[in-house]
Amino acid sequence: MSAMLEVEALDAFYGRAQVLYGLELRVQKGEVVALVGRNGAGKSTTMKAVMGLLARVQGRRFFAGQDISKWSPHSIARAGLGYVPEERRIFTELTVEENLEVGRQPQRAGAPCWTPERLFELFPNLAELRRRPGGQMSGGEQQMLSIARTLMGNPSTILLDEPSEGLAPVIVEQMAQTINALKDEGLTVLLSEQNLGFAAALADRAYVIESGHIRFDGSMQSLLEDEDLRQQHLSL
Amino acid sequence: MDLLLQQLLTGVASASGLFLVASGLTIIFGVTRIVNFAHGSLYMLGAYLAVSLIDLFGGGHLGFWGGVILAMLAVGLIGALFEITVLRRIYQAPELFQLLATFGLVLVVQDVTLLIWGPQDLLGPRAPGLTGATQIFGLRVPVYDLFLIAFAPLVLLVLWLLFNRTRWGILIRAATQDQQMVTALGVNQKWLFTGVFFLGAALAGLGGAIQLPKGDANLHMDLQLIAAVFVVVVVGGMGSILGAYLAALLISLIRVLLITNAQLTFGGIAAWQMELVSMFLVMALVLIARPWGLLGRREVASDQRSGTPEPRLRPADATLRIAGGLLLVVLLGLPWIVGSYFLSVATEALIFVLFAASLQFLMGVGGIISFGHAAYFGLGAYGVGLAVRHWGMSMEVALLAAPLLAGVGALVFGWFCVRLSGVYLAMLTLAFAQIAWSIAFQWIDLTGGDNGIIGIWPPDWASSVTNFYYLAGAICVIGLLCLRHLAFSPFGYTLRAGRDSPLRADALGIDVRQHRWFAFVLAGVFAGIAGGLFAYLKGSVSPETLSISLSIDALVMVLLGGVQTLTGPIFGGALYSVLKNELISLTNYWRSILGLIIVLLVVLFPQGLAGAAESLRGRLGTSR
Amino acid sequence: MSRVLEVRGLAKAFGGVRAVRGVDLDLQAGEMLALIGPNGAGKSTCFNLINGQLQPDNGSVRFLGRDVVGLPPRRIWRLGVGRTFQVAATFASMSARENVQMAFLSHHRRLRRLVGYAGDAYKQEACDLLERVEMRALADRAAGVLAYGDVKRLELAMALAHGPRLLLMDEPTAGMAPQERRSLMTLTSEIVRKEGIAVLFTEHDMDAVFSHADRIAVLDRGEKIADGRPEEVRRDSRVQASYLGSFGAQS
Repeated sequence: MSAMLEVEALDAFYGRAQVLYGLELRVQKGEVVALVGRNGAGKSTTMKAVMGLLARVQGRRFFAGQDISKWSPHSIARAGLGYVPEERRIFTELTVEENLEVGRQPQRAGAPCWTPERLFELFPNLAELRRRPGGQMSGGEQQMLSIARTLMGNPSTILLDEPSEGLAPVIVEQMAQTINALKDEGLTVLLSEQNLGFAAALADRAYVIESGHIRFDGSMQSLLEDEDLRQQHLSL
Repeated sequence: MDLLLQQLLTGVASASGLFLVASGLTIIFGVTRIVNFAHGSLYMLGAYLAVSLIDLFGGGHLGFWGGVILAMLAVGLIGALFEITVLRRIYQAPELFQLLATFGLVLVVQDVTLLIWGPQDLLGPRAPGLTGATQIFGLRVPVYDLFLIAFAPLVLLVLWLLFNRTRWGILIRAATQDQQMVTALGVNQKWLFTGVFFLGAALAGLGGAIQLPKGDANLHMDLQLIAAVFVVVVVGGMGSILGAYLAALLISLIRVLLITNAQLTFGGIAAWQMELVSMFLVMALVLIARPWGLLGRREVASDQRSGTPEPRLRPADATLRIAGGLLLVVLLGLPWIVGSYFLSVATEALIFVLFAASLQFLMGVGGIISFGHAAYFGLGAYGVGLAVRHWGMSMEVALLAAPLLAGVGALVFGWFCVRLSGVYLAMLTLAFAQIAWSIAFQWIDLTGGDNGIIGIWPPDWASSVTNFYYLAGAICVIGLLCLRHLAFSPFGYTLRAGRDSPLRADALGIDVRQHRWFAFVLAGVFAGIAGGLFAYLKGSVSPETLSISLSIDALVMVLLGGVQTLTGPIFGGALYSVLKNELISLTNYWRSILGLIIVLLVVLFPQGLAGAAESLRGRLGTSR
Repeated sequence: MSRVLEVRGLAKAFGGVRAVRGVDLDLQAGEMLALIGPNGAGKSTCFNLINGQLQPDNGSVRFLGRDVVGLPPRRIWRLGVGRTFQVAATFASMSARENVQMAFLSHHRRLRRLVGYAGDAYKQEACDLLERVEMRALADRAAGVLAYGDVKRLELAMALAHGPRLLLMDEPTAGMAPQERRSLMTLTSEIVRKEGIAVLFTEHDMDAVFSHADRIAVLDRGEKIADGRPEEVRRDSRVQASYLGSFGAQS
């Protein structure tokens, strides 16, 4: 196995305030890795930093063997690293089909290839809403569209930022099944989650992040067994 | 009834050109968030280029339309080139810095046009096959009007297809909403922006070319049009193309009705006198009813400001006090050092420093962007002018009329402005400045119209260059110290609180809107004092003191100096006004040189001169 | 004990989605009430309806017996309601002390004064308050560069400057380290109990909720499904199911 995504000594800042401190992350090809932590622990910031969306970041990031530290976000995306933001960031004025079009990128070797039709099979709810503007969809539908839109770029790896946030339990379960299906397609996933149960159902490995520091790095199983660690760094 | 119908048709026809230019501006703003002041210049270039090209090709069908299309493409390329060479370097710069660059372009284009085509107006060629008039329902209607009436909806349709049926258009619509997300999905935003500038500029060029058969190409059409275009874009809702069309129709119809019914009077005011004012009044009314324009979307006000927070204000330290003292000594001794010409240049510089400082108070301390600060400078000047002309007041009394009239103006205009925020607010300030300008321009009985009011001289004791320098200098220095103190007063802190976090200010019992209104009045009063002094310096008052270009001058001074430093306007104001004066005396092409200097400064120092000085000081400090 | 806050039948819908449906809440002086629930349950909406940032479609909010629906936040503040924000909001360009001085200036209605230096006004009072929230050493630090936990203390000090009867705290400990959390909540509860201030807070951290709240109200999909003392709520099966969710049950 080779590392798909590797982050070394990642520091990030908002203005003058430092929010991430020397993060080290490693995601192997085909793996689902969870980044768990509380609200405000630095999960979303990590995702944005990896994607090159923050103004001030230090440290090195590698994707598929290439040093992407100085790349612009669009080059990173074109290299096959997809990003699904926490706030979903659907283009509300655009229809479902148009949202997908924005995400479309050429097919890539070694990554699953997606078309709108295939995505509608994966997300049957969306199929009925093709012409619906993104702003008139429920939270769950928007989350699915956000994932589908990123998949249109045919990524080999995706950064999934809090996919279960604010969704009804039924939808959360559906979301988990979908992510498992993506894993079966061979997609590499870095998943950030507040909901440990959800993360546990999907991920092989986990990092625990707290106040911008990585506090735990190991298998999901050992995290679940470590009562103290969970008490200290996670909400539930 | 027939007459009315004819007027309506004329109005709809004249809306077309306005719409083309406005649609370009709205597209550019929607995606890049840049208010392109040079849009009128691109329109002007379109007109001149088309005249030359059509002349070159001969006036046949192919020649005319080929010329129009080539002019459009050429202007599009100019826009794209400007984006690639200048704007691309400064997207990360503070808000409004891009606006400075576009203003630099305005100046350069004015001179280049003058250089190539000369000062005389060029009559537009006729469109072959579309000359003369035809009968519709028994009305004589110019054929070209009918063409224009049909052309705008056609362009609207093409744009609609472009934005809804092509991948590029869909990307543009997506980027209009969330530019960063589009980038994160693998779209190269650089070329998207360049493309947008090409399209927007080409539309402006087309607008300039297409209006030729009904008008001409002249050197004033750039700034003349830009105000109307801003109005259309804001009334329609920034970013909305259909909104721009509806607004262009609305504005054009009202103007045509007022012009063609010029003799009608409303409460003693003739219709033609309201023509210019009308569109700004419409804009003010629309924005009060719909703060985001007819079809605009609410700008999502976020309390989490991106980027670094505004710097802290610190009371003057020893260095600054010594520097200030030295400066004061130099100012006092200046009459012994320089001749009377430079002394009057220095007087003017001091007046502009006060003017710039009043705008900095509004923008830096209050966080309120104004594109129309000349309104209060000009009202101050007219306060003096009217007091002298109609009541024969002495200078000592007339100078009090300046802050009074400016303050009242700011009280009225500010009441509307503080109801909005961000770029809409800025546009509304520009509209109010234009209202003031229109009144001065068209209410001839009161203001003398274009000729202004002359014969405003200081009394004997203050009439020598040196004495007036001391008088104006003393007032300006006191004004500056007052403004500086205000920034540290409880009121100044309250303003900064509202700027830093409106949410927190509100949750702390602060009525942000009311305080901003008050800030408007204070800034207006100080700008008015500067305007009043300016009237006595020049011996006359003209609508120039209310013009857009003076408003922009003030913006340039403040932005060059650094919005967030209290000393910024002193450097920015003095530097800019002296530089401008010197360039004017040196060369006829001072505009382009000034424009190039502005563009160069913006590209070299994207943090402003003050920011550059700050980082230089930082570097020197650490290396020691 | 006197009733400080009385909320009845509070309801709000956002285009079809009923975010809050008929919520009742009561709060006595000196009492700390935690409002909890899974993400999206309507906590923040509820909060913003009470503090005046949003207008309810239905229902009443009475503060000290007075109906405050329709009043803007600044008027509600004047009546004696202080608040802290989820994403802490302070005046970033001012020092910590100046932030508190702003609160005093507003409290004493001195906001419009044009003469005098704001930096000298209520300086001692501001320092004393910063002392109380254990921030004295950071008084001259710019609020924009303070650590998260310190910003929350600063917000607390700003609220106290007005002598509030009710304190609304939206996720006061979000994003803080456990120790910071505990000390902030301990500090808060000490102060409010001493002053008899009622506190309504939303919170994700169950530790903070169960060790400091006198009562807990649980929201789920816009409805209040439980309201009672911590141990009662902890045993409530509906709360278990909704809050921890089907996935939570596995872990």
